[in-house]
This record gives sequence, C-alpha cells and structure tokens, in this order.
Amino acid sequence: MTSSLPASVDETVKLLSDGRYVADRSLATALYLSLSLHRPLFLEGEAGVGKTEIGKVLAETLGRKLIRLQCYEGLDVASAVYEWNYASQMIEIRLAEAMGDRDREGLQHDIFTERFLIKRPILQALEPDITGLPPVLLIDELDRTDEPFEAFLLEVLSDYQVTVPEIGTVKAQTPPIVVITSNRTREIHDAIKRRCFYYWVDYPDAKRELEILKLKSPGAAEELSRQVVAFVQKLRSRDLFKLPGVAETIDWTNALVQLDKIDLDPETVNTTLGVLLKYQDDIAKVRGSEAAAILQQVKADLAAAR
Amino acid sequence: MAEPAAPSSGNGAGGGVNRGANLRELFDQLEGNRLLANIMHFARILRAAGLPIGPGKVIDAVNAVRAIGVASRSDFYWALHSVFVNRRDQHELFDQAFHVFWRDPKILERLLGIMLPEIDGGPPPEQMQASRRIAEAMAPKGDTPQRDEEREKEVEFDAAMTASARELLQSMDFEDMSADEIARAKAAISRMQLNITEMPTRRFQPDRQKARIDMRQTLRKALRTGGAAIPLNFRTRRKRPPPLVILCDISGSMSRYTRMFVHFMHALTNDRDRVYTFLFGTRLTNVTRYLRHKDVDVALAKVSEAVEDWSGGTRIGQALKTFNHDWSRRVLSQGAVVLLISDGLDRDAGRGLEEEIERLHKSCRRLIWLNPLLRFEGFAPKSQGIRALLPHVDEFRPVHNLESLGQLIAALSQPAGPRNGGTKEWLKAM
Repeated sequence: MTSSLPASVDETVKLLSDGRYVADRSLATALYLSLSLHRPLFLEGEAGVGKTEIGKVLAETLGRKLIRLQCYEGLDVASAVYEWNYASQMIEIRLAEAMGDRDREGLQHDIFTERFLIKRPILQALEPDITGLPPVLLIDELDRTDEPFEAFLLEVLSDYQVTVPEIGTVKAQTPPIVVITSNRTREIHDAIKRRCFYYWVDYPDAKRELEILKLKSPGAAEELSRQVVAFVQKLRSRDLFKLPGVAETIDWTNALVQLDKIDLDPETVNTTLGVLLKYQDDIAKVRGSEAAAILQQVKADLAAAR
Repeated sequence: MAEPAAPSSGNGAGGGVNRGANLRELFDQLEGNRLLANIMHFARILRAAGLPIGPGKVIDAVNAVRAIGVASRSDFYWALHSVFVNRRDQHELFDQAFHVFWRDPKILERLLGIMLPEIDGGPPPEQMQASRRIAEAMAPKGDTPQRDEEREKEVEFDAAMTASARELLQSMDFEDMSADEIARAKAAISRMQLNITEMPTRRFQPDRQKARIDMRQTLRKALRTGGAAIPLNFRTRRKRPPPLVILCDISGSMSRYTRMFVHFMHALTNDRDRVYTFLFGTRLTNVTRYLRHKDVDVALAKVSEAVEDWSGGTRIGQALKTFNHDWSRRVLSQGAVVLLISDGLDRDAGRGLEEEIERLHKSCRRLIWLNPLLRFEGFAPKSQGIRALLPHVDEFRPVHNLESLGQLIAALSQPAGPRNGGTKEWLKAM
C-alpha cells in the first residue's frame, strides 16, 4: 500500500489498476488533476458504471481512511456535519448549578466547546486520520439531497472548512481527497460543479469491459466472458429504458458461472435476463426472439474475429 | 498582448476583482508563452459558444495544464475537459471546439486574426464543419440572418424525415400581454390551490405545539438565564410543495387555449420553485428555462421560438415516451406531481400510449389530467387516446367551457380524491 500521491497521469493509471480498477486514461487525467490541485472530483454517470468504486479504490490504494457520506433527501447538518451532545451539556449545566460558583459567561463558554461536539462525516473528514494523513471523503449520490444541503457544501468544497456558529470556523490542515458522485436524477447546481473537476463516467467499450470482467469474475471461462461482453454491448445500443451497467455485466457473469455455463445459449439468456435488465417491459422486449437474434449475431461476430 | 479577461462580477464566491488581478499577474508572468495565451483564446471561444466559463476557470485551466504538461495530446484534452465541461451535454461542443482550435493550425491562425481587433471583419472560416454554435462563436458578429435561413432549412428537413405526414411546423405569434392581463393572471394564480398535499421534508422548523423538543434552541436559551431554568423549545417538520411537472398539449385542437396555458405556466414557474414545463404536439420540448424569464413577453417569445410544432398533430404516446426516457429520471425525483394538459385526441389512435402513461403514472406521486375540451355534458370517453389514458390517472379534471385563466384555476383547485380514485365514474362510462 503506497501512501504518497501519484506524480503523473501514468502513475494514476497504475494506482487505479493496483486497486483492481480498470480506468480510461481520461478518468485518470481528471483524477490526477483533482489530487494534485486539491480539488474535489465530480463524477456523474448512469447507475452501475463504477463511480462509487473510485472513491473506495482511492482510499484503499493510498492507505487512507474512507469517510463515506451517503446522501438522501433532507440530509441536514446534524447528521452530515456535527451535532451537539445535549445530554452531556445538560449534565454539565446541572453540575455547574450544584457547584454554584459558575458565572453565565463562563458556562456558555464551557458548554459549547469541542468536548460536546459529536462529529459527523464532513467534520471528521477535515481532520487527519490516525496515520496523520487526510482521509478520502466520498459524497455519494449528491443528487439525492436537496438544494439547501448543496448550498452548505459550497463552503466545505472550496475552502475545506466548516463554520460552527457557537465555536467558529474549523479548517482542515491538509485538505481531504473529495470524490462526489451523482446519478443525475436532477441537475446539481453549477456553483458546486465549478469547484470540482468534472468527469462523465460512460459505459466502457468492449475491450475495457472484458478487462474489467477478467479482474472481477476471474472464474468465468474466456469464451463466456467474450460472449457476455459482446451481448451486453449490443444490448446497450437497443432502445431500452435502463441500459445494463458494468455492475450488471459482472453480476450476470457471476450468475452464469454459478450455473456452470461455459457458453451462452438462448434458454440461459432468457432465464437469467432479470440479472441484466431491471424493468419488466425491457425484459419482455428482449426475451425470446430478440435475445436469440442478438446471441446469434454475437456468436457469428466472435467466430469471424477469430 | 491580449486583454486579460475582464474582472467579471457575479462570478461566484471567488471575488471577480481578485481573480482578474490574478489572471493579469499570471499572464504577465507567462507573456510570450503562446500556449497559455491560446488557452485563454480557447476559453473565450467556448464562452462565446455558450459554455459558462469565467476568469476563474481560465486560471484553473492554466493550472491544470501546468500540472499535466503538454507531452500527451489526450491528457491535455482531458485536462481542459475536466475544467471547462460541467455537464454531459457540453461535451460535444467542447470536443468540436477543441479539435478545430488545437488541431488545424490554419484555422487557429485565422481565428486569432478574428480575435484581434485590427483585422476585425475578415472573412469567416469557410471549410469549417463544426457545429453552428462553434462557427458563430468564432465568426465575427453580424451574420445572424444566415443562421435563421439555415435553421428553417433544417426544420423542413426534419419534417420530411418524420413519419407523421400531418406534422405541422410553424411558429406561434403570441400577442403581447397587456398590463391588465398580467395583473389578472397574477391574482388568479395566487388563488390557485392545486390541492397537492405538502410533503413533510426531513428538515425542521420551530413550532410551539408539537411534542418534539428542539434541544439546540432549548440549551441556548437556557444558558441565557444561566441554566437556572430550562424552558423547552419545540420544533416540527417543515413542509414544502412537491415538484410540479407540466406536460402540455399544444396541438391544433388545443390551439385556442395555447396562449392561456403558456401564460399560466409562466406565472406558475415564477411563483414557486421546482416547476418543470414541457410542451408537446408531435415532439416534446422542454421549455422550463425559457419560462423562467421574469418578463412574460420575453418568455413567450422565447418559447415560441424554441417550439417547432405549434398547432400541428398530436402524438401523445411518442411524446410521453420521449419524456419517460430522457426526462423522467431527472425531473420526477423527490415525489413530483405531474399535470397533463391534453384533450386526449391522438393521431396515433392511442398506439403505444397505454404503456407510456402507465410508466409515467408509476414514476410520479400523483398524475392529474386536465382535459379542457369537454364541451358536452354527456361526454363519454370514446376516443382511443382517452380510453388509454383514463385508467392510469389519479385525477381527471374535465372543463366544459374554458374561457379564462380563472376557470382553468378553478378546475385545478377542486378538492382532490384518493390516488387512483378520481376516475372511477369515467371508467364506468367506458
């Protein structure tokens, strides 16, 4: 496990492949820029193309702590940044009362100190982890929150600081590595994107998808992997409501391996289509003759390429 | 020396003046360095082509290029890409501009010629095959009429390509709104209640009644009195109306009311947040952005320009399909309510409509169908479009004689029934 940041795009590519992540050079470029210029990386793309994975791989290969903030509607400062420990504060007031010698100013000063602060992911991310290195902060599915939280993030993302009204400003000594992902269920405000390096994570091409499969489902037969990738690639050019992502490709391959398949046949495709497609009308559209036609073409193409 | 980008105001938190000074400094340092000057020209071209690029981004781009070096063309491309591109749909524009600007040195020279004031007015690049927006951004101003011609040609071409022979492409000429009309509309909109239940959010607001204690407020108040007494403060969940998506039919049969609808949608868009508007006849157009213009006449003019199928045929199924595929996942999150304004008369005789309306119904919180053209009291849902739509809407709101915005709003403000409950009687009549 290395812990120093990569010094070039090539090293970034290597870093990702060490973490068993097959990345485009374009992605590595954006990532390298984000690491070397201390800016967040903003990843947008369809579900299941491996956005979240990048954050995890980074933390692992760089030997940093991963702090993950899963976003949801109504995520607020109390659960994302900090909260006061009210119970302890109450006890503190009672104690002060019992001792009877505390003045108001002093009490106010004591009650709102770091001692009573419960740190949530974002505040944690501003501090170095046990090894003294800044952590990786993964803000996952930012599109699920609402605008007020986005607005709050602006301060965090541009200056790596958080303002707690009762204490003041907490600023990171060394900025954390920030990765933000979005499924684009709504547009994120430009003010956020402006502070980040933007990258659209697309479906991989056949060659890369095959590499990914080799890494992620090593148990699959070579021929099967080729067929699976070619099939999925063909499927992505169809008029479907939800195209299968890389995650689905991997799941499907693993399912086929579990079923001891070494070669795709129309019946297996039909019975396992639910792993690949997640909408009933998509499945109904592909199942049967269309699947058979795609499969036939896939096999013909593979035979021709050999 | 090229003029460093003027310190633009309103460019976010960075502070325009500061950025401008930085840029000047940076530029002074790098004077003579052709590459960096080119990055600046490139940024300006992108800006002219419509990408939101301020001086801050130019600095970012220069820093990015410094970090990455220029050894590899593709690294250089992606470095600039990650700074200048903010949305996926900007990718194409960037890509074309990049290739025109950085690949062909001749075009680059000509371009620089255009950028410099002395040679202003030189011939625009001829053999450029990039998109019109790039071409426009690179050419000097003043050749817009040509653009309109091109656009018309393109439109005709489009029409010829589509399956529907009845598709009519024409622009809409809205009369300007009188001040009186605007005032009346505003008053009417403020009376409007969609009877959409407000959604409890996960955020809180102070409240005296509910039994949820606001600990933070309580403690802070208690400390004011030195903690002698701890008066309790309460809070409750904040509520807000859900997003509203309007899908409005603008086909020939609806043309009498189109102006009123667009007007209504404009007032609504400016009245609350999270309103998204789509118009459809034979194709679907997202007009949300145009309707956000505060001035109603400007907004109407922009809408009129953007939509190409005014008063033509209707292909509801096709329009809904486009909506489901391209937009539903982007605007229907967070519990949106959909308002479908249509007479349900479909050129495709309801073909493909049922699946799409079913999907739409399943992906929104509530689907309200407003049918403004039910002129007869003894209406029976005979048309196939109506038959396909009815089972899948939560509320059906027919209007028998729609004359004014006030009536439209009254129809929308009627009390709401339970989900799926509003169409039972109509379904019986089928």
